[in-house]
Amino acid sequence: MKEQLDEQLLLKRFAKNDKKAIETVYQQNYKSIHSLVINNNGSADDAKDIFQESVIILYEKLKNGQLELNCKIKTYLYAVARRLWLKRLQQQGRFMASPEGMEETVPVATEMDDHEKVNAEFELMKKALVKLGEPCKSLLEAFYFQQQNMDIIARQFGYTNANNAKTQKYKCLVRLKKIFFSHYKNGNGDE
Amino acid sequence: MNEINIIETIERYINNEMNPEEKQAFEILRKSNAEIDQMVVEHTLLLQRMKRYGERNKLRTTLQKIHNTLVAQGKIENGQKKGKLVYLFHRYKRVAAIAAVIAGVTTIGVFALVNTISPKSDHSQLTSLSRDIQHLKEKQNVQGNEVNKLKTKFAKPNYPFKAGGSGFLIDRNGYLITNAHIIRNSTNIVVINNKGEQYNAVVAKVFPDKDLAILKIDDSSFKSMPNLPYGIRKTEADVAEPIYTLGYPRNEIVYSEGYLSAKTGFNGDTLSCQLGIAANRGNSGGPVFNHLGEIVGIISTKEMEAEGVAFAIQSKYIYSAIEDLKQDTTYKKVKLTKNSSVKGMDRKDQVKKIQDFVFMVKAG
Repeated sequence: MKEQLDEQLLLKRFAKNDKKAIETVYQQNYKSIHSLVINNNGSADDAKDIFQESVIILYEKLKNGQLELNCKIKTYLYAVARRLWLKRLQQQGRFMASPEGMEETVPVATEMDDHEKVNAEFELMKKALVKLGEPCKSLLEAFYFQQQNMDIIARQFGYTNANNAKTQKYKCLVRLKKIFFSHYKNGNGDE
Repeated sequence: MNEINIIETIERYINNEMNPEEKQAFEILRKSNAEIDQMVVEHTLLLQRMKRYGERNKLRTTLQKIHNTLVAQGKIENGQKKGKLVYLFHRYKRVAAIAAVIAGVTTIGVFALVNTISPKSDHSQLTSLSRDIQHLKEKQNVQGNEVNKLKTKFAKPNYPFKAGGSGFLIDRNGYLITNAHIIRNSTNIVVINNKGEQYNAVVAKVFPDKDLAILKIDDSSFKSMPNLPYGIRKTEADVAEPIYTLGYPRNEIVYSEGYLSAKTGFNGDTLSCQLGIAANRGNSGGPVFNHLGEIVGIISTKEMEAEGVAFAIQSKYIYSAIEDLKQDTTYKKVKLTKNSSVKGMDRKDQVKKIQDFVFMVKAG
């Protein structure tokens, strides 16, 4: 019981980007997924990728409040990693019928579907930002992602004052919006 | 309001930065203006996606940092614990398996190819070789005989054999029929089957006028054979009927085929019939079969003037010979087979069944 409470607490802190919590989750779960991938024809890099991808899925689910975790974090991450690895093997055409130690533990099919959708949008955003070009890309990143103060941004990007920077930021945002939605409405963002 | 102003306003609305009056006014505007409403929806979506994108990138960076720290602290393993070789094995085991299969197939293929294209010996070589082999075989047979003698402890007298021919079983208990001329004046007779097993035999009865002799295998190592696969025909065969024979012109059983060319023998001899068949001296006493695997005759003499002509004693005389033999109470139990069990079989299957019942006869 105590263990479960601890885990719930850990998850809450994890969702709040508490670095210590992320580190704990990382350290506690890395080994099992590392062996899962290594024992099924993967490399250490594959293991790292798969594990981090699984952690990201856990994080995004928590963030959206979509996760009711009825099992241990380890079990959940393992199930997600297993699906991710199977998928990657399939994509590489190296899928084997029943890889060792790869039994389904908890159902994570929705996670996979959601993740794919989010991935697609993520790629879309990435593409739109690249297409937007500099200095817009950095300006938006500084404001929206790093949540920097407008005064600092103005100094950093060489605008005369914060208002100027702000206007510039909105101009960039309007352009980004156009690019993003032109792809978004065209479906999958494939060009 | 230009577009930038609108965007700014929307963003403030989304981020809940408006004071209550402003918010209320904006909501009324939004409800009345579908275009503004659409922009709010779009902008909300965009900001949400941007937020997600930023968060994910941030987490990625954090995770990478944590990873490097933990590896540096030795708290998680990063290397290939199993070793490079095992890793490579796992990674490439399928490829290796496929390669092994290909290698195997190639090996077999090359082997088959070499077998196919390696030059075959030409015929003259074959003939001379077969002579050599025959020579060796004779030697081997003599050696085999010696061994047999030692084995059975019954010393078989090793007389030089003057004459040789063929013969075949007419009763599974060791009764053979052959030509009388083969065993004429002989005191010692052996019969050898196609496996090279040799048995002593004695003459049961000779019919010099028909050139027939009935032999009885008299050897403790001889076991009764299974039922004869062939029957003996009582009626005459027809002209042009395809026939074949098995015999020992060499030290090995030899098959040859031909046809019945006349119902009478040399110079109108009614006892025999004429065959168009390639037969040699050793074929004497051998059986002549029709296509049903029935015995229609016994090869007896060869026309010396003409190639491919032989004469055979008609099979009906076997019946009269056996009737004669049965006069002697010792041979009362001899029984001939009328029906052939290889009827309807392929020629080669017939021969396979029959060959064990045809013997080489050596007399001296």
